[in-house]
Amino acid sequence: MAEPLLRVEKLVRRFGGILATDHVSLDVESGELHAIIGPNGAGKTTLISQLTGQLLPHAGTIRLAGRDITRVPAYRRSALGLARSFQITSLLPDFTAADNVALAAQAHDGHSFHFWHNARNITHLRASAQAALHRVGLSDRADVVVSRLSHGEQRELELAVALATRPQLLLLDEPMAGLGMTESARMVKLLQELRREVAIVLVEHDMNAVFALADRISVLVYGRVIASGPPSEIRGNEDVRRAYLGEQHAVTTHG
Amino acid sequence: MLLLVEQFLNGLQFGLLLFLLAAGLTLVFGIMDFVNLAHGSLYMMGAYFAATFVAYTGSFVMGALLALGATLLLGIVLEFVALRHLYGRDHLDHVLATFGLILFFNDAVRLIWGPAGLALPLPAWLTVPVPILPGIYYPAYRLAIIVVTLAVALLLYVVVMRTRLGMLIRAGASNREMIGALGINIKLLYTLVFGLGAALAGLAGLMQAPILTVQIGMGENILILAFVIIVIGGIGSIRGAFLAAILVGMIDTLGRAFLPDLLRKILSSAAASTAAPALSSMLIYILMATVLVVRPEGLFPANRR
Amino acid sequence: MIAVLNVRALTVVLVIAGLVLLPLYTSLSGNVFALTLFTRIVIFALAASSLNLIMGYGGMMSFGHAAYLGIGGYAVGILAAEGVSSGFIQWPVALFASALFALVIGALSLRTRGVYFIMITLAFAQMAYYVASGLARYGGDDGLTIYRRSDFAGLINLSNKVQFYYLCLLCLLGGIYLIWRIVNSRFGMVVQGLRSNEQRMQAIGFPATRYRLVCFVISGTICGLAGALLANNTDFISPAVMYWTRSGDLMVMVILGGMGTLFGPVAGAIVYLVLEEFLSQFTEYWALILGPLLLAVVLFGRGGLFGLLGRLQRG
Repeated sequence: MAEPLLRVEKLVRRFGGILATDHVSLDVESGELHAIIGPNGAGKTTLISQLTGQLLPHAGTIRLAGRDITRVPAYRRSALGLARSFQITSLLPDFTAADNVALAAQAHDGHSFHFWHNARNITHLRASAQAALHRVGLSDRADVVVSRLSHGEQRELELAVALATRPQLLLLDEPMAGLGMTESARMVKLLQELRREVAIVLVEHDMNAVFALADRISVLVYGRVIASGPPSEIRGNEDVRRAYLGEQHAVTTHG
Repeated sequence: MLLLVEQFLNGLQFGLLLFLLAAGLTLVFGIMDFVNLAHGSLYMMGAYFAATFVAYTGSFVMGALLALGATLLLGIVLEFVALRHLYGRDHLDHVLATFGLILFFNDAVRLIWGPAGLALPLPAWLTVPVPILPGIYYPAYRLAIIVVTLAVALLLYVVVMRTRLGMLIRAGASNREMIGALGINIKLLYTLVFGLGAALAGLAGLMQAPILTVQIGMGENILILAFVIIVIGGIGSIRGAFLAAILVGMIDTLGRAFLPDLLRKILSSAAASTAAPALSSMLIYILMATVLVVRPEGLFPANRR
Repeated sequence: MIAVLNVRALTVVLVIAGLVLLPLYTSLSGNVFALTLFTRIVIFALAASSLNLIMGYGGMMSFGHAAYLGIGGYAVGILAAEGVSSGFIQWPVALFASALFALVIGALSLRTRGVYFIMITLAFAQMAYYVASGLARYGGDDGLTIYRRSDFAGLINLSNKVQFYYLCLLCLLGGIYLIWRIVNSRFGMVVQGLRSNEQRMQAIGFPATRYRLVCFVISGTICGLAGALLANNTDFISPAVMYWTRSGDLMVMVILGGMGTLFGPVAGAIVYLVLEEFLSQFTEYWALILGPLLLAVVLFGRGGLFGLLGRLQRG
């Protein structure tokens, strides 16, 4: 059996006395959309931060395409094919949407120790930017400064920035946070298209989206994975119901 | 041997004085997130006030106490009138504003007291050499400085660790919004903390006054050392500041005292006399550079990750 | 078709025109003092511009930039004292020494952020001050007189005030042009991005420290050039040039003029130094006025002069 694209084994992370990540193991195959759900404070963002390299785990391993990246610094993971979007929108507010995406493309276009030519005139970078913006439906907002974009557009831009780095694996931390009905539907449709090209780890609270998109779901409670499997299995799981689904959200009525 | 003991104590005394200065700076930065470059000016004011009040009252102790009170008052007024409006702003704004204050204070002092600087003579009872070990004498005044600064350090520890005010200070350092939500009068707390910082700076200034001349610009030189101490000692840590201050005081004093002789043994006399003063000044910065390479968060940082 | 008056651009054009035409004015009016003053202003504008590169565009608040003025100046001074008067040797040495110092200090300082970075750059600059004070052979505290200005083998005569002024102006305009190109290049985008959101930049794959360090070195080198010019201007170099309050002066010029704008530092240098000159005519105690003025600017004025102009333009 082929090695999964992402393999996390017995990851541990402490904050003082608290075990934020409690021996978490999970796999993500190429082309899979793997959702991670769990109540607030379950440690989802902590987990993502360890996957991207912002936090270092105290024990356990993370392997990407067979390669141990547990201690690899954050910026190098991007070169290895890992991209993320942030739970709290994290863009460059004084630059335009196109600038933001072009910078991401630039990061993967060799080193940037070029001091003379205007970066905004580099055709292939701008073209990549336009392509990514087009994917997420922001073509006509390319030259708008980020601080003037709506919240929904910023979330979509986060996705475009991640895509511009040509990732193998996309880590999305609550991309639907704060989106209205139409915008959420658009995002879901977008993710459905994307999953064919790139593996996705999706952290989300929006259960509609999760059950519509996920191939597999892992449930995180108090830093531990209490269940992991296809959506039908998770929906029927007693532990999950008790810990999360039953109390938190009205369970979606899917046909 | 005598020289070594004497220099060792000098280093300790210098270090403790530096601690007072660094503690005030760290407190204000830790609680109000405020970078106060004018801290050195408060140190200078403490010295100038002391020289003036001692001459006026004829009593060293009386003059010192008045100077302390005056510096405390000055700090509170400064905070109330100008500096409190800068809380929450960019650190760069703090730097700029307090830099303006330094310029102002230096010229104000020049206007009021003249450019020449003042002297603060010690009363007779403080100049006697005290036998601390058989056959070894140390000036009473310097001993007094050590005793007073240790007492203040202890007092600071007790207040910060054991009293309600101290608890608020520690809580405020980690979470400003929270103590506001607790219904504590934040503005008053901040003013008090700033006053405390000013008093510490003033105390350091007035105690150092009889040993060094009281002059314009004395605050700036020593402020840099306070910065170095905070960096070496660790972010947000008073304990770190204490240990780092002693370390810096020792290294600076002992280095200046013994390095020239040491160099003369290794290098030629001419090279040694050129290199010695420069190298002695650089010692502390070399220490700081080393700490930065090995432990950028400082030797004893408050938070451990 | 409504012609839009771009206030900022107009100001810039006027200022540059004024600077270029200044020697004409001074030779006609006989006011030599203005030429001396503005030569100094132009040199400090170059130094402030170099600081603006790392502060305004790079977000690195360095409080030790005056050190490079000193290093550049001492390179010229020490070489002159040792008999090397050729500018072709002195100036490259000045640039190289500044770059080296920036490399070492930057590598150490960039391990910290925020206030600690400010403190550390301050401390290192002060260290340079103390080292220079200890150089007894080169005047120590009293400073070093430079008896011959840098010699450029007849290409240009630095002792001629007008020629020297134009050289300084050329360096300033050249420096600003270079900074303009850097800021808009790939490199500049990275550095600006790092100022804006380091976390995001790391996430897309940029190693932060590397780029910041290079920016720091470029900035220090340009300031070293200003130092070489300064030493020639005063025929003298002393540790006082590196005293930390001089670094503060540079910071004030950048912030006063408008951080992160190309010509802000020029405006800031002009205003700050003219104000200092003007006030000191009135009173010996000009800092009594300048100090609180700075405080007021911080409290009430946002974005410096160019920020103000920008608001006027929009409003």
